[in-house]
Amino acid sequence: MRFRRAQPGTGTLTTDVPVIRMCGVGRTYPGPPPVHALRDVDLEIEPGAYVAITGPSGAGKSTLLNLLGLLDRPSNGTCELDGIDVSRLPERDRSGLRGARIGFVFQSFHLLPHRTALENVMLAEIYNHRPHAARADAAAMALIRVGLAHRIHALPRTLSGGERQRVAIARAVVNMPRLLLCDEPTGNLDSVSTATLLDLLGSLNDLGLTVIVITHDPSVAARARRTISMLDGRVVSDSQVAPDHPHNCTGAHR
Amino acid sequence: MRGGRTVADQSSYCLRDLATESLAGLAQRPGRSVLTLLGTVLGTGAFVAVLGLAATANGQIGKQFSLLSATTVTVNDVGVPQSSANEGGNAYLDDFPADADMRVDRLNGVMQAGVWWRVQLNESVISTSPYAIAGSQNDNGGLPVYAASAGALRAMRPAVTTGELFGSFDVRNAEPVVVLGAAAASQLGISNLTAEPVVFINGLSFTVVGIISNAQRVTEALSGLIVPTTTAENYFGLPQSIDPPQMVIWTRIGAADQVAAEAPIALRPDDPHVFQAVAPPDRWSIQGKVDAALEELFLSLAGLSLFIGAVGIANTTLIAVLERTGEIGLRRSLGARPGHITAQVLCESGTLGLLGGLIGASLAVLLVIAVALAKQWTAILDPAAALFAPLVGAVLGVLAGLYPAVRASRIEPLEALRS
Repeated sequence: MRFRRAQPGTGTLTTDVPVIRMCGVGRTYPGPPPVHALRDVDLEIEPGAYVAITGPSGAGKSTLLNLLGLLDRPSNGTCELDGIDVSRLPERDRSGLRGARIGFVFQSFHLLPHRTALENVMLAEIYNHRPHAARADAAAMALIRVGLAHRIHALPRTLSGGERQRVAIARAVVNMPRLLLCDEPTGNLDSVSTATLLDLLGSLNDLGLTVIVITHDPSVAARARRTISMLDGRVVSDSQVAPDHPHNCTGAHR
Repeated sequence: MRGGRTVADQSSYCLRDLATESLAGLAQRPGRSVLTLLGTVLGTGAFVAVLGLAATANGQIGKQFSLLSATTVTVNDVGVPQSSANEGGNAYLDDFPADADMRVDRLNGVMQAGVWWRVQLNESVISTSPYAIAGSQNDNGGLPVYAASAGALRAMRPAVTTGELFGSFDVRNAEPVVVLGAAAASQLGISNLTAEPVVFINGLSFTVVGIISNAQRVTEALSGLIVPTTTAENYFGLPQSIDPPQMVIWTRIGAADQVAAEAPIALRPDDPHVFQAVAPPDRWSIQGKVDAALEELFLSLAGLSLFIGAVGIANTTLIAVLERTGEIGLRRSLGARPGHITAQVLCESGTLGLLGGLIGASLAVLLVIAVALAKQWTAILDPAAALFAPLVGAVLGVLAGLYPAVRASRIEPLEALRS
């Protein structure tokens, strides 16, 4: 399984273009009183990075996630995805980019209860040009990749929490995105499932996928190579650990 | 940098996916979907059934009466009754000229025409025996006696069981002959004419020349005795205003209105207003009036249930949208545009309406056929009505889905995904 580092033919990408580049980004929710959820954030995330975003409630994590996931537009500043200024693109193009280049993983899985694991993964493909004939195969491949080869036709209610979240990850990566956005991915999981899931995220990152995890949990944040802390809508610290962080070893055997 | 369109990947959502996703959405909640359908089923079903039953009943009535009534014109004498001293003060009416039959016969489109009236007899004694006394066993005084010209007798479209009808010779010479209606004949005990039976009316003898078993245009003649007009005038006097004389005209198909306009003038060019010609009742307008009131009632009930059905669809769809907030947020995160979400909700509500219309129309067709079979009628149903119903249902479903669809497209993805 390969994730695209750059897209040939789109004309704007070179290998060193950051996946995310934010310049002076602010987000103000109109009042009264107006709420400055995000103030003057400058952020660059390189391809292949593994970033944790932490901070207390109200620090602006959700707002940042909204902007990173093209679910909201900044009030000021520019926000680029793969070198494309997405802050002023029409909604249809933003939806297209979201579907093709961003994979989401949520705390509460969001699997459709009446559909099998395979069908849930295929849901990600209906908005993305893939021909009908190729969908089931691609979805099955993604499920095998997350270690669910034996549960392909299982309904979500028969899956454990960890398995459900892995189905959600398969759904997020089936379109080969540039960026995996995880919002408290382990919030509903026990410690064993959490460990398995973090290993999986690490191994995906090893394959070149850019991973951003938003979390309260220090142990989850510890797996990332870069940790961004937020407070009151600002980035208060941005620390990089050495590239040979132990998670590489644990991720390698998966 | 190039324009956004060339750079960005556009999300796609083909019709096949839209249909599949919508049907899957409906199939997830089959019980609720079926209940939601009910209103639309009732509404469209009632519409189609009312239209079908009305058409079927109309067709049946039309079949029975159209040919006869479309070729019948009657001319009533509405002149001022004349009082006569020697008739004991009874007013009589005699505006038809003696050659009335001939005058109207000449009109284009007339097959047969003639004057007839009911003869007024005071305490009549009618019997096959000359010696019958009023009130005795063999007195049939209650039987009505009619006077008819040769033309009138034929215009009645009688079916002759035995013997023959009296002709213009008998009328011209005021012959004492009588034609019996089937009911009167059986009451008098006359069934064959080989013995040349005679009927006595108030002691006067009349030779029975024929028995008729049907008289489509003047059905009451079947229960009585029919004598030539001249004979009646000679023996029983002029027609009286209690039972005014009437002309019955058998016209060719399509000529009735024209004949009705011309007949009074042909009869009395000097004073056509003493006659009132009655053209065949416009079957459609009369039938229409009766049906229209009923149809209106049923159609408004059907409209009401359609409206309730639409409200039901709107309600269910809105609840489904609110319940599926997470799913909608998820779809948005997977690349669905707000328009895709709107389309899916509209497609779901439209499908509900379409299915309701289909089921309703099918049930209505079955109902119409069942009623027609039970009554041994011909089922008549405008195919357009049956085909239109699913369409109406679909349109209604889409309309009902508008508000929920707009609500769905405005759901904030991240909010939905966090809840």
